[in-house]
Amino acid sequence: MPKVALFVTCVADQVFPDTAAATVRVLEAAGAEVVFPDEQTCCGQPALTAGEPDAAARLARHHLDVFDGGGFDAIVAPSGSCVAMVCHHYPHLLGDRRTDAERMAARTFELTQYLVDELGVDDIGARLDTTVTVHDACHGLRNLGLGTQTRRLIEATGARVLEMTEPDTCCGFGGVFSFGFPEVATRLADAKLGHAATTTARYLVTGDLACLMHLAGRRAKIGPPTAPEPVHIADLLASGLPAR
Amino acid sequence: MTADGGHHVPRGHAIVTPGADFHDRTAVAVGDPVLQQALHNLDRRLRTAGEAADAHPDWKDRAAEIRRETLRDLDGWLDRLERALTARGVHVHRAASPAEARRVVLGIAREHGVKTVVKSKSMATEEIDLGNALEDAGIARVETDLGEYIVQLAGERPSHMITPAIHKTLPQIRDVLAREAHSDLAVDREALTAWARGRLRGEFLRADLGVTGVNFAAADTGTLVLVTNEGNGRFCTTVPRVHVAVMPIEKVIPRLADVGVLLPLLTSHATGQALSNYVTIISGPRREGETDGPEELHVVFLDNRRRTLLHTQYEEMLACIRCGACLNVCPVYRNVSGHAYDSVYSGPMGKVLTPLLSGGAEGADLPYGSSLCHACSDACPVKIPLGDMILALRADVPAAASAPRRRRRIFWSLWARAWSSPRGYRVSTRLGRASRGRVPGLRAWTATRELPRPARESFRDRWAREHG
Repeated sequence: MPKVALFVTCVADQVFPDTAAATVRVLEAAGAEVVFPDEQTCCGQPALTAGEPDAAARLARHHLDVFDGGGFDAIVAPSGSCVAMVCHHYPHLLGDRRTDAERMAARTFELTQYLVDELGVDDIGARLDTTVTVHDACHGLRNLGLGTQTRRLIEATGARVLEMTEPDTCCGFGGVFSFGFPEVATRLADAKLGHAATTTARYLVTGDLACLMHLAGRRAKIGPPTAPEPVHIADLLASGLPAR
Repeated sequence: MTADGGHHVPRGHAIVTPGADFHDRTAVAVGDPVLQQALHNLDRRLRTAGEAADAHPDWKDRAAEIRRETLRDLDGWLDRLERALTARGVHVHRAASPAEARRVVLGIAREHGVKTVVKSKSMATEEIDLGNALEDAGIARVETDLGEYIVQLAGERPSHMITPAIHKTLPQIRDVLAREAHSDLAVDREALTAWARGRLRGEFLRADLGVTGVNFAAADTGTLVLVTNEGNGRFCTTVPRVHVAVMPIEKVIPRLADVGVLLPLLTSHATGQALSNYVTIISGPRREGETDGPEELHVVFLDNRRRTLLHTQYEEMLACIRCGACLNVCPVYRNVSGHAYDSVYSGPMGKVLTPLLSGGAEGADLPYGSSLCHACSDACPVKIPLGDMILALRADVPAAASAPRRRRRIFWSLWARAWSSPRGYRVSTRLGRASRGRVPGLRAWTATRELPRPARESFRDRWAREHG
């Protein structure tokens, strides 16, 4: 049985613990044993995007100290963006420990990437009778090269995927961007919600909680929702698993 | 315009508020209904370009390698190009700064008693603000690319490097041209184009000097390649007595044969065309027995801080072939258009190039106006990691050594100290959860979006309770 260290991410830990718990359930349903290294904090991405790589590197070193050890086969997070931080940015950020950073990056995976590409599991045993549209979150898509994994997992449950226009266009979150440029960020959220609504799907699913926070926050603000309900892929899949 | 003595550029368009920062300008642009209507056209047109560009995935590797081969020995290729051009009877000038480049062009114009200049579209001449310099010297300047002509008549700047007037709706364009025509013109693409064509034909015949940019300059043969869709480039380089081409130094390519790879990539990524309507290949001034072409041909190599990028992490920015693909796919550009950037170069490449070419004096806040979605990096035909450069510039722009920057550094350094220890993380997040999200400074978010409250119990506490 593969042993997986959960890289929970600070957002899931603090704001969406149910999604973190759903991630554990999904991983277990796929046949993994999950451990939680409780010294972990945050990958440091907020500081990097704010333009403070030194502060980000300090968090990166801590993350490396926590996860570079043995005792598990893979490190899995319910966020393409946080995994991209580790896989795409850490090797540059941790110049003095580049080899260690690359070794950790090689066994760090986003949830759907781990299930489909590493475990070879599309069907985790969840069953759903619903319709879903998928937002391809940017860092998973372009930094990690994710593509069909989320759709394959959804379709294996029996749910139907209804594709929206421009599923690969940014939702407008972008970290500090969503605070610094709220007008453009909000406009992008409106476009994404509009495209999702046109599909008439019940759920709008993606693999990044930050995108969901932005989209759900916008959807709640504009009143009676016409757009599908934003849901994380882990929550969607876990909702179709038999009760324990 | 630039730190080394550039011109003041008139900022005519309503969405540009001088002195306001990039954020304010994007907010105004998003709220401008006419601009937003014009941008719908951009979306439709440029999506086609994106689809056509996807037809060449393996060519990107070859193009990227040609461009990097050039950069590994930029000065060597420039020397070879200069020798080859000189052998063909072309005058080569080297300009370190925009001011120097303007002096060279104005000197040539004065020497030949030039009264009217026809220009084809060129970002390099925008960069050195040549149009205003010519007019200040009493020389009439006529932009001959239709979009650029409209923008000139409107007293504006191009908003897109390939489609300069894409921020305007058809009725707006009619108004601009009708004012110039002193007559009522129909709101009809073909009628408006026909009027402009007739007007520009007279300008071509009257002009003494043609000014163009350069798309590619082959070092092995001393050949200049110029790409246009309207044939105006060919007019500018064949009818007037003198032709001056302003060439940023990175336009050099090793071999004429490389055009076979780079040209289709440029046109497909720019407009979705397999090839542009016109490709002008220039091998020197008119020779004895030839019936057209200029008596004199000058090429101005423009540096403007480009050499300072060599051997830095931003060197690859010099691989850019100015196709505009990164603008076309950028979610920010597609919603705010080019004027919001308040710089010659807009979109993702502008966010990188503007601060670098000005030494941080201009556009220091541009790199923050990006959601870091990396669509630009994916779209780039020569594989420039634009998203990574935008991110890196947030830390590297020299102007960042300001008071707000120092405060920011202190904040994040305290944050890093707290969150790099499990105890510091636990203490600070418990305080955060106790506040139930009532943290000051969140209005920028909450004005348009609800903010989820922190959970009552963190995942780690739940895990400890269930597994402890």
